[in-house]
Amino acid sequence: MSSRLPVAVRPLTERRVLPLGGFNLTFLAIEIRRLLRNRRTVAVTVIVPVVLFLLLKSRKALAVGGVELAAASTMIGIAVYGAMLAATSGGAMVSIERALGWSRQLRVTPLRPAAYIAIKILVAMLLGLTSVAVVYIIGAIDGVQMTPATWVLTGILAWAASLLFASFGLFMGYLLPSENVMQIIGPILAIFSLFGGLFVPLALLPSVMQDIAPYMPTYGVASIARYPLVGGVFDPTWLLSVVVWTAAFAAAASVLFRRDTRRT
Amino acid sequence: MRAVDGIDLHLDLGEIAALLGPNGAGKTTTIDMILGLGRPDQGSVTVLGMSPSAAVSRGLVAAVMQTGGLLKDLTVRETVRLTASLYAESRPVEEVLERAGISGIAERLVGKCSGGEQQRLRFALALLPDPALMALDEPTAGMDVEGRRDFWSAIRQDAERGRTVLFATHYLEEADAYADRIILLRQGRIVADGTAAEVRSLSSGRSVRASLAEADKATLSGLPGVRSVEIRGDRVLIQTMDSDAVARYLLTATKARDVEIVAHNLEDAFLNLTSDEPAPVPENRAGVGTAA
Repeated sequence: MSSRLPVAVRPLTERRVLPLGGFNLTFLAIEIRRLLRNRRTVAVTVIVPVVLFLLLKSRKALAVGGVELAAASTMIGIAVYGAMLAATSGGAMVSIERALGWSRQLRVTPLRPAAYIAIKILVAMLLGLTSVAVVYIIGAIDGVQMTPATWVLTGILAWAASLLFASFGLFMGYLLPSENVMQIIGPILAIFSLFGGLFVPLALLPSVMQDIAPYMPTYGVASIARYPLVGGVFDPTWLLSVVVWTAAFAAAASVLFRRDTRRT
Repeated sequence: MRAVDGIDLHLDLGEIAALLGPNGAGKTTTIDMILGLGRPDQGSVTVLGMSPSAAVSRGLVAAVMQTGGLLKDLTVRETVRLTASLYAESRPVEEVLERAGISGIAERLVGKCSGGEQQRLRFALALLPDPALMALDEPTAGMDVEGRRDFWSAIRQDAERGRTVLFATHYLEEADAYADRIILLRQGRIVADGTAAEVRSLSSGRSVRASLAEADKATLSGLPGVRSVEIRGDRVLIQTMDSDAVARYLLTATKARDVEIVAHNLEDAFLNLTSDEPAPVPENRAGVGTAA
C-alpha cells in the first residue's frame, strides 16, 4: 500500500450531490457488461423463444385468418413471450444482489433508489429487445410475411411489454430468495403465456380459458402488439390491462424494496 | 430488546476510534445508525452537522462493511469504477486501487478474490469519496496476521492526513494496537471511553497472590484499598488498589510465601466491564457528551 499519494479531506461545504440520483452511463455500461457475462440467462432468454416459435409455427391447421396471418400472429406472441422472459429474468437479478449484500453496499453511496431501479429496468428491457429482435430475425428467415410498417410497429409494441415484466421481475426479485427465484418464475410465466393467448390464439382455447384470459397480465400487451397485424376495433381494456398490471407490479416492487432496505 | 441505548459519541477529526465489545453489544447497530442504514427509535443521529443520509450522499461518510456487499461477477476495477460513478467527485480509480494495494488484481473477478483482497476492495470503495469519516465494521474478520497488519498500516497512513476512522471490533489486541481511543460497549451502552491506557486503568489496581495457611479473610479485607479477597485452600487472591500495602502486610505480619503482584491488562478491563453483571459506572469519562 503506497504512502506517496496525496490525500486531502476537502472542506465539507464544497461537497456536491450528484444529479439524477446517481444515474449515469458508466453504471449502465458496467451493468450491461455484467449481464452479458451471465451467459446462461442470455442464452435461455434468446434460445427458448426461438425454439418455441419453430415448434408452434407449423400449426397451420389452426389458422384463423389464413396461414400467413397465423404464422405472423404466432411470431408476435412468441416475441412478447421473449420480451417477458428476458425482462422478468433481468428484473429478478436483484434477488442475487440482495443476497450478496450489494443493495446494502449501494445504500452507503449517494445512489438514489429510483436511479438504481431505472438502471435495472433499462438493462432488463435491453435484454427484452434482444429477444424480440432474434425472434423477428428467425421469423423473417422462416418466411413470415408482413408489411414493413407492421414489422416495425408490432416489434416495438412487443418490446414495450418488457416494461411491464421488468416491474414483475423486480417484484419477484424482492419477494423471493435468489436460490429459487427462476424456478418459481418459470411456471408463472408459462401460465401467463398459455392463458394470455401468447402461444395459441385465444379463439382456439376452451371457453373457461377464454374467460380467464382478459385478467392475465399478458393479455393486454399481446392484444396491443398484434393489433397492427390483425386490425379491427381497438379495445380500450387492453390498454387498461397494461396500465393496471404495470402499476400493480411497480407498486408491489417498491413496497418490498422499502421493506428490504430496512435493517431487520 | 434494545440493541443500543443512549449512546453519545463525539469524534475528533483525524482520530482513530474503536468500538469494542462482545457480540451483541450494539457495535453494528451503532455503525448502521451513523451510516443511515438504521434509525434510532428515539433521539437523533447527526454526522458532521447533518443527517446520516445527507452526509452519505455528499460522500462525507463511507463504510467498509463486515462481509458481502460485492458482486462476484464484476472485476475489481469495474466495481471501483461503478462506485466512483455514483459520486459527484471522487478520487481517481487508479489512485484508490494503489492505496488499497489491489492494483495488481484489478482485472480479477471479485468472486475469485480472497477474503483479504475483497476487504481491501471494500476499503478502496470507501476511499473513493475522500470521506471525512470512514466507518469500518469488523474490517479484518477473516484476515491473516500479515493481511491485518498491512490493512491497518494503510488505515493509519490515511488517518494521519486528517480522516476520522471509527471501527468496530471484538478483537481486543486490534483496538489496543490501532486505536487512539477505545469506546467500550456493553449491552448497547458505553461503559468506558478513553485511550487504551485510560480504559485499562478503569479496571485499575492489581492482583496480589500468595501462599498463606489459615488466612484471615476479615483482616485481609480490611486492608486499605482491598476490593475482594478469595481464599482457595492455601492460596489467597486479593484484588486491590494498593498492592504495596497488601504485600507489605503479607510479608511482615504473616507467614505468606510466594507473593506475586500482577497488573491488570486491557483484557481484564474488557472482561470486567463487559461481563454480565449490572453495568458498573466508571468514574472517569463515562458517557461523554455531544453527538457524533
